[in-house]
Amino acid sequence: MEEVKALGIDVGSTTVKLTAVDAQGKLIWHHLEGADPRVEDQVDHFFNLMREHGFDGKELPMVATGYGRNLVEQAEKKVTEITCHATGVYNQLGHGGTLVDIGGQDSKVIIIGENSQVVDFAMNDKCAAGTGRFLENTAGRLRVPLDRMGVEALSAAEEVAISSTCTVFAESEIISMIAHGVEVNPILKGLHRSLILRIVAMIRSVGLVPPLMLSGGVVKNPAIREMITQELGEQVTMPEYPQLMGAYGAALIALKNSNRA
Amino acid sequence: MSVSATLKYMVNVNIIGKTALGWQRRRAEHSTFSSSKWRTDILSEPLRIGARTKELISLHYLAGRYANGHRPVAWVTSGGPVEILQALGYYVLYPENHGALCGARRAVVDISTEAENAGYSRDICSYARTDIGSVLSGKTPVGKLPKPDLLLACTNICQTVLHWYRVLADHFNVPLILIDTPFVYDEAPDHAIKFVRRQLEDSIPVSEQVAGKTLEYKKLQEVLQLSKDATELWLEIMGRGKQHPAPLSVFDQFIHMAPIVEMRGLKTTVDFYSQLLKELDERISKGIGALKKERKRLLWDNLPIWYRLRYLSEYLAERGIAVVASTYTNAWGELAPLINVDKPLDSMARTYLYPILNKGTKYKLNTMRRMVEDFDLNGVILHSDRSCKPYSIGQVDQRNRLIKEYNIPALLLEADHDDPRAYAEEQVASRLAAFMEMLED
Ligand code: SF4
Repeated sequence: MEEVKALGIDVGSTTVKLTAVDAQGKLIWHHLEGADPRVEDQVDHFFNLMREHGFDGKELPMVATGYGRNLVEQAEKKVTEITCHATGVYNQLGHGGTLVDIGGQDSKVIIIGENSQVVDFAMNDKCAAGTGRFLENTAGRLRVPLDRMGVEALSAAEEVAISSTCTVFAESEIISMIAHGVEVNPILKGLHRSLILRIVAMIRSVGLVPPLMLSGGVVKNPAIREMITQELGEQVTMPEYPQLMGAYGAALIALKNSNRA
Repeated sequence: MSVSATLKYMVNVNIIGKTALGWQRRRAEHSTFSSSKWRTDILSEPLRIGARTKELISLHYLAGRYANGHRPVAWVTSGGPVEILQALGYYVLYPENHGALCGARRAVVDISTEAENAGYSRDICSYARTDIGSVLSGKTPVGKLPKPDLLLACTNICQTVLHWYRVLADHFNVPLILIDTPFVYDEAPDHAIKFVRRQLEDSIPVSEQVAGKTLEYKKLQEVLQLSKDATELWLEIMGRGKQHPAPLSVFDQFIHMAPIVEMRGLKTTVDFYSQLLKELDERISKGIGALKKERKRLLWDNLPIWYRLRYLSEYLAERGIAVVASTYTNAWGELAPLINVDKPLDSMARTYLYPILNKGTKYKLNTMRRMVEDFDLNGVILHSDRSCKPYSIGQVDQRNRLIKEYNIPALLLEADHDDPRAYAEEQVASRLAAFMEMLED
């Protein structure tokens, strides 16, 4: 493995991601696991892991991002997910445009300028409508494994409209549909549509600047990609590790800062 | 009016209250500043006028407590034409100001719940809910509010007030004067001015009858002059924010704006703002800013978030962000030139037609743009206030146009001016932090 020069950690609401970059800013190592409410313990455990992989994280510059960023004491700097995602994706894909990041509890639309700078952004409302949590909760109700949701939804020929964008109300809407004998897959498709329409509204509120890029754990779901394209008539591009872009961007910022110092 | 009420008022307000509060203020003015709570590492010492602000507001509510039976009492909307009532000697209470005070003291959830339990929806403006909740339960952080003998609602800020004051009229069984102000897109047409003037004229006999005295034209002119003087001073005070560093922040403005809203037309208000202006000029001559280190300057749109004023002011100050101007506080000053003492009713009709909330969204966009230029600002925070629909409507477009057409960074922040249940601190903090990073680029 090339020499690790900087680290980025993204403490999200559902998962925590750690990335390591070399002197050129190449992503050379990463680790991802479910979020532990005791962030400090989890970070300690990450440092042990790095030692097992042959490098001492404590000696390296590190930037933290995500909701729990302020709890990562070892990080020399805390930067928001907006800036980190923009930096990460720009470096991976090599261009600006409109980045849509759908996370567990937050969705964001970020307009990235020609020099990787954030030009504008929008985030979902105060509630979890329009985020991964919306699908996660409702999928649980339907007893469909998360990683199958997208495929199942796309396989449906029919689609039923889910009128509630509220995660909790959507659940009761689903229950009543099932009670009325509606099939699972058309409901799934409707759920995806509901989520996508929220996201599309957010994109429209800032104004789409092509190309359209996606990041975040939820975009691994093929239905999300396909339906966004359908709604906006724009092809989407994705980095290799959509889920790691926040942590990757954080590592790049740490690297840049250490070069500057 | 009763003799015993007058006696009580004289003793409690004019003798005990004035003496005690005056003494408290003088003591505060003469002691050197020290507070473990004030972030002196990032903020300059608070303005000395603060002691006087506290005195004025306390005295105002104290007078209210003893007003019934001694003076006629009117409850008025914040944009209401108050000069006729002042000239007739009314004690004037602004439920919206009281609501702001409840917000700052974190009493809104408790009081508003009283209204919600009585069936008022949480979608109604939190000022209205707080007021109705307070009326129904008697709860208020100021001790006791006087009952109104007269109500005056002016629709130049929103339509909520119309329904809200009808509820009050029904509850207290007192006359309601309604001043209906047609919406103004560019210039108010003559017929609109005539229409409002006519309503003002019609309001006089009702106000006189309740007060039990006749309006003196000269007195009205006097009050109007004082109103104009205070408003002009307030405008000048806000203009001092153009200095680098700005000697006062909008958070200071939010705190010291109470007199311009609820004590317009009084001599004390004019004196108060002259003193504040003097203090700011002293600060400017010494190069003292509201922030110890001012790096970026912003504009605030919409009402304040009363229950998180301190948090927001510190959060931004820590990052060197001075919020130096706002469309909201500006609204209490920008109409000063319209007040004309020689034509009281005509000029009042015009003045009360022109508040920012009674004008098109284009006007607000232009105001923001002009302020960004005049105050040399780096961006705008638009508080999308769940309660105040007329202020928040159009903000999405305004924000986009600021960014796209004028290259002014702008952030939409969702909250509520009074109800903390519609506010999520984590989300607000992450949006603000991202916006700050964007400004650094
Ligand atoms: S809706 Fe807005 S203008 Fe109307 S009372 Fe509430 S805060 Fe004031």
